[in-house]
Amino acid sequence: MFESLSDRFEGILSRLRSRGRLTDADVDEVLREIRTALLEADVEIGVVRGFTEAVRSRCVGLELSRALSPGQQVIKIVNEELVGILGGETLKITYASRPPTVILLAGLQGSGKTTASAKLARWFKQQGRNPLLVGADLQRPAAVEQLRVLGGQAGISVFSDTTDPVAVAVAGLEEAKRLGRDVLVVDTAGRLSIDEDLMDEIRRIAGAVDPHYTFLVIDAMTGQDAVSTASAFHDALSLDGVILTKLDGDARGGAALSVKEVVGRPIAFASTGEKLDDFDQFHPDRMADRILGMGDVLSLIEQAERTMDQDVATKGAAAMIEGRFTLEDFLEQLQQVKKMGSMSGVLSLLPGVPKDLKQASSAVDDRQIGQVEAIIRSMTPGERVDPAIIDGARRVRIANGSGTATSDVNALLKQFKEMQKMMKGLGKGGMGGALGGLGGMFGRGGPKLSPQAMAEMAAMGGPGGDLGGLAGMGGDPAAFGGGMAPTGARGAGGSRGSARPKGKGGKKGKGGGRVTPKAR
Amino acid sequence: MIEPSLVASGSEVLIGVVVAVPLLIVGGGVAIGLRLRGRGGKSPVPPGEVASDAATDVELARSADAAADAAADTAADTAGAAGAAGATRAPAPTDGRAETPGPPAPEPGPGPGAGPATYRGRLGKARGLLSGYLGAVRSKGKIDAATWDELEEALIRADVGVGATDSLLADLKARVKAGEIDGPDALVEALKADLVTVLSAADATLSLPGSGPGSVEPVVEPPTSAQRAAGAGEASPVDVWLFVGVNGVGKTTTVGKVANRLAASGAKVLLAAGDTFRAAAGEQLSQWASRADADIVRGAEGGDPSSVVFDAVQRAEAKGHAVVLADTAGRLHNKVNLIEELKKIRRVAGRPPGRVVEVLLVLDATTGQNGLAQARVFLEAVDVTGVVLTKLDGTAKGGIVVAIQRELGLPVKLVGLGEGVDDLVDFDPAAFVDALF
Repeated sequence: MFESLSDRFEGILSRLRSRGRLTDADVDEVLREIRTALLEADVEIGVVRGFTEAVRSRCVGLELSRALSPGQQVIKIVNEELVGILGGETLKITYASRPPTVILLAGLQGSGKTTASAKLARWFKQQGRNPLLVGADLQRPAAVEQLRVLGGQAGISVFSDTTDPVAVAVAGLEEAKRLGRDVLVVDTAGRLSIDEDLMDEIRRIAGAVDPHYTFLVIDAMTGQDAVSTASAFHDALSLDGVILTKLDGDARGGAALSVKEVVGRPIAFASTGEKLDDFDQFHPDRMADRILGMGDVLSLIEQAERTMDQDVATKGAAAMIEGRFTLEDFLEQLQQVKKMGSMSGVLSLLPGVPKDLKQASSAVDDRQIGQVEAIIRSMTPGERVDPAIIDGARRVRIANGSGTATSDVNALLKQFKEMQKMMKGLGKGGMGGALGGLGGMFGRGGPKLSPQAMAEMAAMGGPGGDLGGLAGMGGDPAAFGGGMAPTGARGAGGSRGSARPKGKGGKKGKGGGRVTPKAR
Repeated sequence: MIEPSLVASGSEVLIGVVVAVPLLIVGGGVAIGLRLRGRGGKSPVPPGEVASDAATDVELARSADAAADAAADTAADTAGAAGAAGATRAPAPTDGRAETPGPPAPEPGPGPGAGPATYRGRLGKARGLLSGYLGAVRSKGKIDAATWDELEEALIRADVGVGATDSLLADLKARVKAGEIDGPDALVEALKADLVTVLSAADATLSLPGSGPGSVEPVVEPPTSAQRAAGAGEASPVDVWLFVGVNGVGKTTTVGKVANRLAASGAKVLLAAGDTFRAAAGEQLSQWASRADADIVRGAEGGDPSSVVFDAVQRAEAKGHAVVLADTAGRLHNKVNLIEELKKIRRVAGRPPGRVVEVLLVLDATTGQNGLAQARVFLEAVDVTGVVLTKLDGTAKGGIVVAIQRELGLPVKLVGLGEGVDDLVDFDPAAFVDALF
């Protein structure tokens, strides 16, 4: 039963508006909620304890601001603390003066090391390097073959042998030198942290090839075990960083916080899918939102911007606002949306979306998009531009042409008309007005943010403010407002395709630093 | 600064479109979708595409597939494309190549559960962690606030989750208050007993070959086609076990272990390499087939997984295999396209002569609360019959299965305790709970 964190806070803190400061008792209650939220997000219990203490010291005696509700203030503090821990030093790869730069990957079985190895090698290639992959996982059936296939896809050669993992790693290093490669990425077998033999083996591999960077690969859905595993690998190998995988799932990912806190090394990369290019820099601010259950709006926007044809989308938007959005335009937009992949995946990234809408939308799949498409395609151009001319006979024709019933055609036309009306609101109240109207369409007309509240959030959040309007949707403005506000300048930025704000500026985190390789 | 603008910003547009489209569809479309699921055959199959033998459903997804393929060509970088690509591969006819003929069935081996893989042996190291807590609880003479804190921490650390933990402890608190539990020792025993009760609630027996409804004696060899043609009795259905789950949990390894166990007990086992997406997945399963003395049906890499399963069922019927174990590609449960693909695999697997008797959700013991979400989605999608909890030989406790049982009624049927072919045991709630504490 998902209830946003700030909803919970609002309940506790709503009575505080008359008073000036948060008392110990208030803070205790709030911290309990934070604790629950973090545990539900799989943050390790010891890490939660430390975290809530840090938040406590900032909250006690906190003077309540007039611009933000107490709940929003606390969320802001929590968010800042999270981002501070998750962010901090960025990992900057410093290449060895005597190549190759050796990268070693380690982790539990199934964490995604082999895929990550290939992705990482490809990343280095994109940086202009000349990497070699080494398949040192001789344990898992066909692991080396998997790496070879992935290497082939990335255009990177793979070295392996059938001796033993240490010998293979050493031979791989020699091969890299022989071939003049400047980066060596070594994939290893998954191993339990309590398997003494295998932990000994990975120590020996590290000893033999002396990696410049050793990364722990960890699955974003890992639970409480994250700390025990990360500590063990860190003790054995002295990690330089962490690669977090399977972030395209919907796990809240508290393991990221646990591991970062315990290992103290940067989370260098985020793996966000099964394809080789699903490999990004890690974004602490997005992870913080995700852990707190607030969705990952920026990823959604990035995904959208990546896949949609910007011109088509903007053209459609202009049409929407000017009230001349036709079924033809809608058909074009449908194509764009289809490119983005599953609807529920996309909607699940948006915070403040009413749960029943999320559930209903997960019933919407390509099949239904196909149906709507078929109906529109069965219309003549004239009908698409002016649906008012679609009388009974035309409806029957359209239904037959698309393999649907006339009632389906009727339903679509009716909904479309509603949507057109709502879209007119885009020009006036901004997205908030429009989406508030959307909420109303489903009988859930939530309180829209007052212009004043939106202005306040905008003032807080800089350019992020224009996403505040989304709060109008689903009747949960506080949650969304509270969620978006603390993250400052990470909003939409107001222009398409422009560089996104990096999300670290203005936070209390340490400045970007350099992680230098161990002295050789 | 917010100002109403005539042209929405780029990102607002995208959000607007992204949100508006499903709303439009949902508003009008859910009704369409619901009704159409009941009908078959009315939507046009795009020209040039041939329905495979396997997919006799005329899937509306087919037309969307064709369109999506075109769209996917121009936008290969979506995170969802992995799913789209997976679900929109045109059904490729499998040629059933690479079936390795199995050796004659070995002597019936040791019964299930026996052998070197026992809970206590493997979990010896992991035990230490939790028994530290309960040792402290027990050594105190009384039950106080600290006791409850320690119990709560123990359960949370085991990934039992906040909800289930609160519920279990609330119940115990009430009983302590009512005087039913009189001290820390009794409290710990009561907690363990409660956990065992939860974990034993559902029937965890496996539908082993020959144990189908109405069948009393084990069916060793179903009648061959020749015999059936000669009218020698009813063709018995081919049992199919599906192995499903998210990426990296141990599905393929589990298939190998289960194949080994069934083959050791005398059944003729056929593996279906239903993971046609992951690089070298078929090769990986082939190696397990050799280890387990099972046969295997593979398809083209990138081909339609349903076709592979279909072919395997056909082959099993023809060659007299008692059971088909179908591996599937790992898929995150929030990827609708991939879940749809899985539903199709199950449908195809269940068409006569196939009969789906087990749908096992393979779950990694290191998984946190997301395991519950996984179980929920897979259960709803393909009617999971039980859970295989893997990697329990590590430090993770796998407590999420408590919540899965409580909330979804799904039992754990098998436990994986290592990467070797014998590292599979039946789930034993009492031993599981004991080994946790």
